[in-house]
Amino acid sequence: MTREEITQRVNAIIAEEFEVDESLLMPDANVKETLQLDSLNLVDLVALVQYNFQVTIPVQDLPKIQRFDDLYEYILVHQA
Amino acid sequence: MKRRVVITGMGIWSCLGTSLEAVRDALYQGRSGIIFSPERKKAGFRSALCADVPKADLKPYLDRNTRQLMPEEAQYAYMATRQALSQARLDQDYIDCHEVGLIYGNDSVAEATMTALDRFRQTGSTAACGGGAIFKSMNSTVTMNLACLFHLRGINLTASAACASGSQSIGLAWMLIRNGLQDCIVCGGAQEANMYSVAAFDGLMAFSTREDAPQRASRPFDRDRDGLVPGGGAATLVVESYEHAVRRGAPILAEIIGWGFSGNGDHISTPNISGPARSLELCFLNSGVSPHDIGYVNAHATSTRAGDGREAEAIHQVFGSYLVPVTSTKGQTGHEMWMAGASEAIYSILMMQNDFIAGSLNFDHPDEHTACVNVIPETTDTHFDMFLSNSFGFGGTNSTLIIGKVKK
Repeated sequence: MTREEITQRVNAIIAEEFEVDESLLMPDANVKETLQLDSLNLVDLVALVQYNFQVTIPVQDLPKIQRFDDLYEYILVHQA
Repeated sequence: MKRRVVITGMGIWSCLGTSLEAVRDALYQGRSGIIFSPERKKAGFRSALCADVPKADLKPYLDRNTRQLMPEEAQYAYMATRQALSQARLDQDYIDCHEVGLIYGNDSVAEATMTALDRFRQTGSTAACGGGAIFKSMNSTVTMNLACLFHLRGINLTASAACASGSQSIGLAWMLIRNGLQDCIVCGGAQEANMYSVAAFDGLMAFSTREDAPQRASRPFDRDRDGLVPGGGAATLVVESYEHAVRRGAPILAEIIGWGFSGNGDHISTPNISGPARSLELCFLNSGVSPHDIGYVNAHATSTRAGDGREAEAIHQVFGSYLVPVTSTKGQTGHEMWMAGASEAIYSILMMQNDFIAGSLNFDHPDEHTACVNVIPETTDTHFDMFLSNSFGFGGTNSTLIIGKVKK
């Protein structure tokens, strides 16, 4: 998938799953703050990425994903 | 000194309605909550009959991240508990300043467990189960969710006793309050209504196959019964000491007079007569009342050949020549299993409050085993002050409650 396709798909999936308006999912927005994630819900995000993109995010890589842009980039680089 | 134990709040989420008023009317009118499910038939069920339990929409009350921790049965229990707390006038400020306990019956989490493990097996990643999966897939999911949502800081316990779970939760609450260990306990029972929760049960060929007449399928005590119909939902009761209720100015709906219990210690699925009979006898012993004080028996009778017959004989053994009115509300609701003991206590209290006995739906003729009890086929306007409610489960777990009007 291209980066644009990944962005669109990630945003659509997250907006539905986390019940947030897609307009809030801006590249520079903070993922945890926007989705109000605690340690449990963070696993939901990891699960979503795993299930929909077949990309595993190891726990040591989670700090690298601060903004939505980081998430798109991570999937782009690690997709099969 | 033993304390009196009363019920001050009730809440219900069932195929007969999602408010006490709707359920009262459905009971009186003899309305059935049973349907044929094309989804179950397509999936391969031998019997695609089930109760039509409305989905609960918690979005107006809880955010996504909170709901993510709650399987279907916990959602039903949340809705029922909101109603019960409201009726009991037990608001959050009071709960936050006092120790309120929680004992709830639940004995499966099939769909939540299956969904999480399917994802694990598909992906090979445990994280794919999701952050809420562990909390959704434990038997205690209802109590862990309700305790956190309503800030309940007293006893926090799940009663897993098969189809006696809901009744045992009320009995345990009665015992703790009676002995002064708790003042107030939220109790009840919840049952998931999805098809995965009963697929293996269907495999035992225990369900009615009267698919051409769903509302005639569940027929407790009837000669032509051919199996049960699975149901679901949740029922919550607020139980407290009489003094505590009076001090709070709570509406006192009924009094729990006593609880009895027993184990069959016998076959895992085939019931006997002596186990249930001992449960009734212990309940009378603990209650200090006699069979003649009972105006109505809400039977466990699920519409199975063996179960209904043996319960009838146990009731007859204990009540003797006194032909107490008996019905099973499962003719209308199907078998609400883990929820049944709690929901049937509520159904019976609604009848007691409104001076009627809901007829045992689809009871047309007794057989040689059920003819010994006085099954009431049609709704009857009648007054009674005290009833007995039976709940029996797989593994031979038996629970009996006696509940009555409150004498000031």
